[in-house]
Amino acid sequence: MIALSPPQASSVAGSVDTLFDVMLALTGTVSVAVFVVMIVFCVKYRRRSHADRSNANQTRLGVEIAWTVLPFLMFMALFGWSISLWSRMRTPPADAAPIYVVAKQWMWKVQHPGGQREIDSLHVPLGQPIRLVMTSQDVIHSFYVPAFRQKQDVLPGRYTQLWFTATREGDYPLLCSQYCGTDHARMTGTVTVMKPADYARWLQAHAGQGLAEQGAERFRRFGCSGCHDSQSGVHAPDLDGLYGSTVPLADGSQVRADDRYIHDSIMLPRKQVAAGYAPIMPSYSGRIGEDDVLALIAYIKSRRTAMEAAREQH
Amino acid sequence: MNSIEHAPLPRSYLDDGHSLRSWLLTHDHKRIAILYALAITFFFFLGGFAALLIRLELITPAGDMLTADEYNKAFTFHGVVMVWFFLIPSIPATLGNFLLPMMIGARDMAFPRLNLFSWYLYMIGGLFTLAMLVLGGVDTGWTFYTPFSTMFSNGHVMLTVVGVFVVGFSSILTGINFIATTHSMRAPGMTWLRLPLFVWAMYAVALVMVLATPVLAMTLSLIALERIFGVGIFDPALGGDPLLFQHFFWFYSHPAVYIMILPAMGVVSELITAGARKRIFGYRFMVWAIVGISVVGFLVWGHHMFVAGQSMYASMVFSILSFIIAVPSAIKVFNWTATLYKGRIDFSAPMLYALGFVGLFMLGGMTGIFLAATALDVSLHDTYFVVAHFHYIMVGGSVMAYLGGIHFWWPKVTGRLYSQAWARFAAILMFFGFNLTFFPQYLLGYEGMPRRYHEYLPQFQVLNILSSAGASILAVSYLLPLVYLGWSLRYGARSGPNPWRAKGLEWLADSPPPTHNFEVTPVVTDGPYAYEDA
Amino acid sequence: MSTDTTMLAQQFDDAAQQRDASALGMWVFLATEALFLGVLFAGYTVCRVRFPEAFAAGSRHTDMLLGTIETAVLLTSSCAVALALRDVQLGGRRIAVWLLLLTAALGLGFLVMHGFEYYSEYREGLMPGIHYTQQGPLAAPMQLFFCLYYFITGFHSLHVGIGVILLLVMARRTHRAQFNAQYCTPLELSALYWHLVDIVWIFVYPLVYLVGRAG
Repeated sequence: MIALSPPQASSVAGSVDTLFDVMLALTGTVSVAVFVVMIVFCVKYRRRSHADRSNANQTRLGVEIAWTVLPFLMFMALFGWSISLWSRMRTPPADAAPIYVVAKQWMWKVQHPGGQREIDSLHVPLGQPIRLVMTSQDVIHSFYVPAFRQKQDVLPGRYTQLWFTATREGDYPLLCSQYCGTDHARMTGTVTVMKPADYARWLQAHAGQGLAEQGAERFRRFGCSGCHDSQSGVHAPDLDGLYGSTVPLADGSQVRADDRYIHDSIMLPRKQVAAGYAPIMPSYSGRIGEDDVLALIAYIKSRRTAMEAAREQH
Repeated sequence: MNSIEHAPLPRSYLDDGHSLRSWLLTHDHKRIAILYALAITFFFFLGGFAALLIRLELITPAGDMLTADEYNKAFTFHGVVMVWFFLIPSIPATLGNFLLPMMIGARDMAFPRLNLFSWYLYMIGGLFTLAMLVLGGVDTGWTFYTPFSTMFSNGHVMLTVVGVFVVGFSSILTGINFIATTHSMRAPGMTWLRLPLFVWAMYAVALVMVLATPVLAMTLSLIALERIFGVGIFDPALGGDPLLFQHFFWFYSHPAVYIMILPAMGVVSELITAGARKRIFGYRFMVWAIVGISVVGFLVWGHHMFVAGQSMYASMVFSILSFIIAVPSAIKVFNWTATLYKGRIDFSAPMLYALGFVGLFMLGGMTGIFLAATALDVSLHDTYFVVAHFHYIMVGGSVMAYLGGIHFWWPKVTGRLYSQAWARFAAILMFFGFNLTFFPQYLLGYEGMPRRYHEYLPQFQVLNILSSAGASILAVSYLLPLVYLGWSLRYGARSGPNPWRAKGLEWLADSPPPTHNFEVTPVVTDGPYAYEDA
Repeated sequence: MSTDTTMLAQQFDDAAQQRDASALGMWVFLATEALFLGVLFAGYTVCRVRFPEAFAAGSRHTDMLLGTIETAVLLTSSCAVALALRDVQLGGRRIAVWLLLLTAALGLGFLVMHGFEYYSEYREGLMPGIHYTQQGPLAAPMQLFFCLYYFITGFHSLHVGIGVILLLVMARRTHRAQFNAQYCTPLELSALYWHLVDIVWIFVYPLVYLVGRAG
């Protein structure tokens, strides 16, 4: 199977393949054994053979229990192995760098924090953990890079994440693996893994307006600043330092202001209303795209950093 | 004794009226089984034709034969027809209908009129599906994932959904009938632990049908309303949750997999005992395995959603339960193998099908364990590995067993014998054709080819060509039985009541059986498979 | 004995077997009904956990007075059908017929009242996808509540409608003396079905009418 496997280009790929190979060896051995036993029985006890058939109809309880308990133990061991590897695959390290992905029929739109935009391609540096924050503009898609052994469905109306550390330079296919309509099979792209220095150069060459600046520009264009500016006469929450803080809600509960909270506050403002504010924020659902929301989130995040920077200077 | 006496009927059920009316208004479970068999055979070849189109398209990496939309409609049609109009009714509605009353020594089902009604529901659902095909098809995939199916698809989602909804009721009513029949119609002495495993399988499958299908029906209704009115609880724009749909859908559709495979296990247990002339090894374990599979089968649906965005803890629970449900399946495979031990094995065509089933089911089950392991499912999910896995279970498993069952009970159903040579040839051809078709798909999935792809990367071409070549062999092996079984209807030698010298009450009746099965209600004194002459 | 055998279908050995099979079939059918509704209640739970306030607000738009009267009507009807069955089992007929007619009439009354509710909700613009004019903070997620409200009550009303027809048929058969103390399985099963319709409503009533009004 090794020869057939796609290249191992992420930090987890090797571990996944090891688990696969061990399971293949185990299940393969059992399967071959059963086949051999079946064939032996079929030959030995064919109708015309004169093999010994005394006590043919005995059922042996010990045998039954053995082949109930042994597979069970084997499965539990495999489960334990798989689940520990899997929780590693699903939990991004703290220093993972975010990149934003918006899927739509039938393309992948990628936004780097520095404002670099790509369509159907993703450039990442070697050795740096990358966390993709993904959402969909329309139907469900799935971000799949076989070489990384990673996959995650991309849903409308919520953020899902996927992380990897690329360990090998090169171009790897990026595929949509959740059926999403007519051109599902064409919703493909390339992930390019580059040396960190090359990656820095690439970022430089494609630098545009940073994502947070784009967000600031949208913040004015969509009229957000009309209410959320500190000079505004409207009683709306102040966004400085909002990101990452704990927000008390009108219903008495609390929520951490993460990507999802800010996304929903823009697209579904009535879902969670901050305590002490009238629920007057209009919904932007259907009026702005998911990539705009990502820019706005980056901007709100940057207002946190700006504030922290100011605090550090004091 | 009761005052009613059933005068022995000399005529077989086939001769009890020859008019179309006598068939279309029949209450006889055996005739209804024949009606079902004709209908599902039609749908099998219709769905097979769609598969043929898919395999032809995939010979080349470019999408050059069908357009993307046509391809999507082809695999959707293939899935919808094969799942709801072939696999789910296949064994229960034909062999189950025919044999369940006979195996427990009853004259008919508990509710014969309901039985006929469920056939009509099946046909009405089928007509909706045919209308969908004629009017241009649907492109949602058989899984109808929202929001694609509710807000984005331009196909005839409504017709399809209504068709599946109606056919769902057919399977619910069949389930109710089976449960009531098994509970209350057993012959004197036929205790629960004397039931043939086929009956146990039918009973378990009926429970699953009755408890799972309503969930599908309701979920599809929610989809239909969301399409009509443009609002619904799965709509993310309103704050609805598309994942909720997947939970509902798989709450039905995973148990539905057991609706397809449990009957096959039942059939194979009958075939192997008759072929090896031995009692089944570990009868009680086999019974508990059937019951265990049908119960735990309700608790593993989330393993279809490991990468869909459900919580990590949910995935852990579903993963461990999916491992656990593999245990009873393993027990069954081991017991079938052990049944061969010290048997007197006759390699008739049904036995070949049964042995083929055990092998293919085992490979399908083993690869299922890979998919139950979350860490592996992340990369294998929605690739051809999954496609190969469930085809091994459903085609290698269920279809093999269905055909094996047809070959085994053919003399009972029709009163004719068919050519063993041809039948053996077809069984062997099927085994090899099947493996050539679907084994390369495991490799494709392992290499990372996603399913439902109209075009693919050029490095996948060799394996796809192998698969398509295998499919053509498979097609021949499916067409062959039509020929020699059809031939036997007219030219086959007449069969006695028990050509296999098999045990089981159904073999006590004439071949073909009289309308009311038994002239005298049989009295049972021993467990099933009392083959003592080995 | 004679009525026994005339009602006995050929596949059964005796009346007891027939009765067992029919009753079991009905109970299994009721189990499927529970799962039909299970989907709707599960959907309701998930959506309500996401939007508790919208669900409370939506519930406050429903007509609690009519809802309560409907509950009383259904419970009364269930009692009436139980009494009718008891009357037949004790050998009666005339009272049973009237009680069955009363049950059907109450069921019909329930449907009419529900019709009025739907009509006034339509006029208020509370029908998502058809006529929805709600503005303000909770308008969007409240649609989820109303989607479920119409689906659940509509599905229940469909059952009431089927039940009314069934009860009328049973009244007619009772009137024609087709049932007696030994054989009344169809009547018994119809009553069972009607109790299910009633029990379902016991769940629907608080979920729809009462959530927004507590506290």
